[in-house]
Amino acid sequence: MTKKIRLATCSLAGCFGCHMSFLDIDEAFIAVADIVEFDRSPLTDIKNVRNCDIGLIEGGVCNSENIEVLKEFRKQCKILVAVGACAITGGVPALRNNFELKECLEEVYLNGRGVVNPQIPNDKELPLLTDKVYPIHEVVKIDYSLPGCPPPADAFLELITALSENREPKLEYALRHFD
Amino acid sequence: MPQTINIDKQNIPFSEGQSIIEAAEQAGVYIPHLCHKAGYKAHGSCRLCTVTVNGRWVSACTEPAEAHQQVENNTRELQSQRRAIVQLLFAEGNHHCPFCEKSGNCQLQAVAYSLDMHDTHFAHQLPQRSLDASHPDVLLDRDRCIQCELCVRASQEYDKKNVFALSGRGPSTQLIINSESGKLKDSQINKNDEAIKVCPTGALMNRSKPFSIPIGQRQFDKIPIDQQNTCVPDTTEAST
Repeated sequence: MTKKIRLATCSLAGCFGCHMSFLDIDEAFIAVADIVEFDRSPLTDIKNVRNCDIGLIEGGVCNSENIEVLKEFRKQCKILVAVGACAITGGVPALRNNFELKECLEEVYLNGRGVVNPQIPNDKELPLLTDKVYPIHEVVKIDYSLPGCPPPADAFLELITALSENREPKLEYALRHFD
Repeated sequence: MPQTINIDKQNIPFSEGQSIIEAAEQAGVYIPHLCHKAGYKAHGSCRLCTVTVNGRWVSACTEPAEAHQQVENNTRELQSQRRAIVQLLFAEGNHHCPFCEKSGNCQLQAVAYSLDMHDTHFAHQLPQRSLDASHPDVLLDRDRCIQCELCVRASQEYDKKNVFALSGRGPSTQLIINSESGKLKDSQINKNDEAIKVCPTGALMNRSKPFSIPIGQRQFDKIPIDQQNTCVPDTTEAST
């Protein structure tokens, strides 16, 4: 039996919708499980990424922990894939880019409706927010991108199948939508 | 015998005064474009329609068709350059397709699909641009504006109103409104104006029927723009 592909996944500033879409490959997961071994992923609950063939990154970069995780994935994964609109353009979290970070924090923690004991959290264990929300290709090199919100399940299947067969993934028209 | 130009080894007839893109459109040959629209005066700003003519790079919307021109259009190099232009347009604005009402009917997005664009590649400029939601029927979201001036030309040439103009230089360039307050609500704009319909992105939108066509059933959801006959001049509506 040939060696299985090691695959890790994570969600940064995302909603896990891309992971849900990945699960939507349904029964094809049985075939995928034959060729893929999962490393760090919300699907396995393994906390630290180890040496992998493919890393799938959902979500954009909005805080210092995202940057740390992303750089670790880049270090450990031979192929890194931006998955979904948030990873590729910042997506919904990037709506805060229209405002200064200070304005966002004040609106949420000081002036927002129903706020009790207003204070901006500053516990040192909390990751610092970045000034803006960034696409992941601005932090590390990305090898492939799966567009969509979320990318269709078949796009995940094509990506993994193609890479397991040592060929370039080919996204047909129906698989490369941005919405 | 009509005179012809040759585009990607296909002879295409043209009439005197036609540009290369006009001749191509008449023959059903797609040349990617955004600032060009049939029936409108050429603008030549987006550069997406760049082709080579006898080995020289020109924009097909401004270059007159001349007999025996050897035009290269659908080559790997040109498509790659065009993809980079569209990626730059995405990175220069704030284009978020998942929550844009124009998604599926957007030419910028459709051209990106057609060019097999998967990502935006460049560092995003994250410009701070103002939104004009002052008008009850028309929305102007400058985040989505690619400054093609189609609305400017439509407002002047078809609507006879002169509502829009581009102001400023470089990254500061923005669409401005011809009204005392600078707001749409005080301008002569009407939701049925050609200037709204002609916008190739979601920058100018008619607000009265949002999401009336569901995602998945929109113009470019299933059929690529290069396989649609979008080239036929549809100025009939504008001229009535």
